[in-house]
Amino acid sequence: MKFVDEFRDKDKAKSLIKSIKAIAKNIAPRQTKPLQIMEFCGGHTHTIFRYGIEQMLPDNIEMVHGPGCPVCVLPMGRVDDCVALAERPEVIFTTFGDAMRVPGSKKSLLQAKADGADIRMTYSPMDALNLARKNPDKEVIFFGLGFETTMPSSAFTVLEAEREGITNFSLFCNHITTVPTIKAVLDSPDMKLDGFLAPGHVAMVIGERPFDFIAEDYDKPLVITGFEPLDILQSLWMVLKQIDENRSEVENQYTRIVQPNGNTPALAALTKVFEVREFFEWRGLGSIDHSGVRMKAEYAAFDAEKKFSVANIKIADPKSCQCGEVVKGVIKPWDCKIFGTKCTPETPMGALMVSSEGACAAYYNNGYDKKKSA
Amino acid sequence: MNNINIKTSETDLPKTKFSGKTIILSHGAGGKAMHDLIEQIFVSTFNNSELSLLEDQARFDLTELTALGDRLAMTTDSYVVDPLFFPGGDIGKLAVTGTVNDLAVGGAKPLYLTCGMIIEEGFSIDELHRIVISMKKTADEAGVAIVTGDTKVVPRGFADKLFINTAGVGVIAKETQILSSRASVGDVVIINGYVGDHGAAIVDARGELALEVSVETDCQVLNHLIQEMLVCCPDIHCMRDATRGGLATVLNEFAQGSDVAITLEHSQIPIRDEVRGVCEVLGLDPLYLANEGKLVTVVKKEDAEALLAVMKKHPAGKNSAIIGHVEESPQGKVILETGFGGTRIIDMLVGEQLPRIC
Repeated sequence: MKFVDEFRDKDKAKSLIKSIKAIAKNIAPRQTKPLQIMEFCGGHTHTIFRYGIEQMLPDNIEMVHGPGCPVCVLPMGRVDDCVALAERPEVIFTTFGDAMRVPGSKKSLLQAKADGADIRMTYSPMDALNLARKNPDKEVIFFGLGFETTMPSSAFTVLEAEREGITNFSLFCNHITTVPTIKAVLDSPDMKLDGFLAPGHVAMVIGERPFDFIAEDYDKPLVITGFEPLDILQSLWMVLKQIDENRSEVENQYTRIVQPNGNTPALAALTKVFEVREFFEWRGLGSIDHSGVRMKAEYAAFDAEKKFSVANIKIADPKSCQCGEVVKGVIKPWDCKIFGTKCTPETPMGALMVSSEGACAAYYNNGYDKKKSA
Repeated sequence: MNNINIKTSETDLPKTKFSGKTIILSHGAGGKAMHDLIEQIFVSTFNNSELSLLEDQARFDLTELTALGDRLAMTTDSYVVDPLFFPGGDIGKLAVTGTVNDLAVGGAKPLYLTCGMIIEEGFSIDELHRIVISMKKTADEAGVAIVTGDTKVVPRGFADKLFINTAGVGVIAKETQILSSRASVGDVVIINGYVGDHGAAIVDARGELALEVSVETDCQVLNHLIQEMLVCCPDIHCMRDATRGGLATVLNEFAQGSDVAITLEHSQIPIRDEVRGVCEVLGLDPLYLANEGKLVTVVKKEDAEALLAVMKKHPAGKNSAIIGHVEESPQGKVILETGFGGTRIIDMLVGEQLPRIC
């Protein structure tokens, strides 16, 4: 398949792995611990597991699977808010597919649907707007979820609803922001990371410059990375090369998509509709300053939070949960006390077991355990 | 032969007193309305001597059955697909192929089917007729007879348009021993063609995505292919049809049933570009997509090449391929060689496959 197979070529992978091993060997004498490289984005985590990339890497490189899976980091209270909205008789609640399984304190959206709520899976907020056009006697709510990648489509949909004067559409805005979250991970006292693969599709929207602080203030190499397996390998090689040459820069591997200044119309739509929240609650990471956005007051008519006075329920993560430490690379998934016992993909306790993009679910499904790695 | 055209035009339907009407509750109430419906839509279409007797049960001659083998095989399945008509097939074709294939993959020669229908009040009788005709065409193709049935009508909202249940009976020849516990180290895994077509066709037919793809369901009967396979290779170890849960699920059943590991080579698995495309866009994995005309079989390595040649000659198996082999460990696991140099474990799905957010 054109534009796909070229980025999954086995021979190119072999030669990249060879180069990665050569640089890793070069760096090894200067190391006191394995190099920890974080892929921030859940999409990268998915590719890494799907193509078995971790097993191809030399022993002194460890991938840390970061917090960039928007489904995983959704706090239980937010899911409860969703269920409460969805269970209103006048509401058609629309959501991306993989948010359906995230457990709330009482139930997931899948369970709420089975109990009778009108919940529909959509692929885009524009589909939700279509439902609103077709069902004028219903209130259609779209569950806006994700980082800057999905934010523009939410913003454009709200602007379109405003332009057409559609009054029965609203957005339940749970969009989150990348940069403050990476900063929170970097500020954590137990942080040991050596470099970053930065999310390519976030960068497609926001551009390269917002990542500069990681190189400048924290002295960590960062490479903006695409989502095919060769993208990941090439970016890893670029990060290692920076480490080897004692550089900390923002480099862009995903030049076929990411422009240095991002996507200007998308950014304009974001700024028009959204503003930064003081803080946002994350599953596994607690509250992070400025890590979420809400809708501006002038779009209150399209803001489900205001339209339906959402309770904003707060529910603490289960105490036994160690997702936060896994996300920061302090422990591996199998080091968590409840990994594979109380916490499994069937009955996830922690964020990272929820989606296939979560590190714990990926480890569990791939049968990784301590024995194998030792 | 494998593509029954389901989009019969209005004029292709034989005229009955029901043409253009809709199902009402009295069509399931046991009275004259029901008798007329059964007579004119079901009995006249299915058209076989056993059904025409209109007894409460079908009756089979035991001597005829025992001449074919030493065991009866029996299976049942319910069909609730939405939409009822989709590219390359419809619920009727599916209801016959599904049950015929469930018998055939056990090595049975399928003989007789039942047909139970639960119809929602208000359903179009022309559509029902079209579906019944499609069942008959598929049954003829498979060489089976639909010999008994049942019709229920439920009030609007109590069922979604039409549900069909079919049960089937077949006979297994004495020498055939197909079991999911018989995969042994060194065996070879073969599939009879492209995976994921049915799942992709249904996603497309639901029309929620406005995708411009032209994938047709692979819905086809497999019993004739399987009979030829058994002539060439009487000692087939395992065989199942890869329906819901896809190829991945069947292989996990073999690996767990036989306490072996199955290693798959991604580059050898036949997947159409269109299906890969749908999966790339939606974040789905073709190995878990449903099929309705695909069998997965495990045979001795020395039997594999000859069997593959026989399969490729048959229309239902022309894209057959050897896709993997059986190893000792890790027991109960399916390992995929990704074609990129790495490997990953292919587990059974926890729930349904949900598209990823980004």
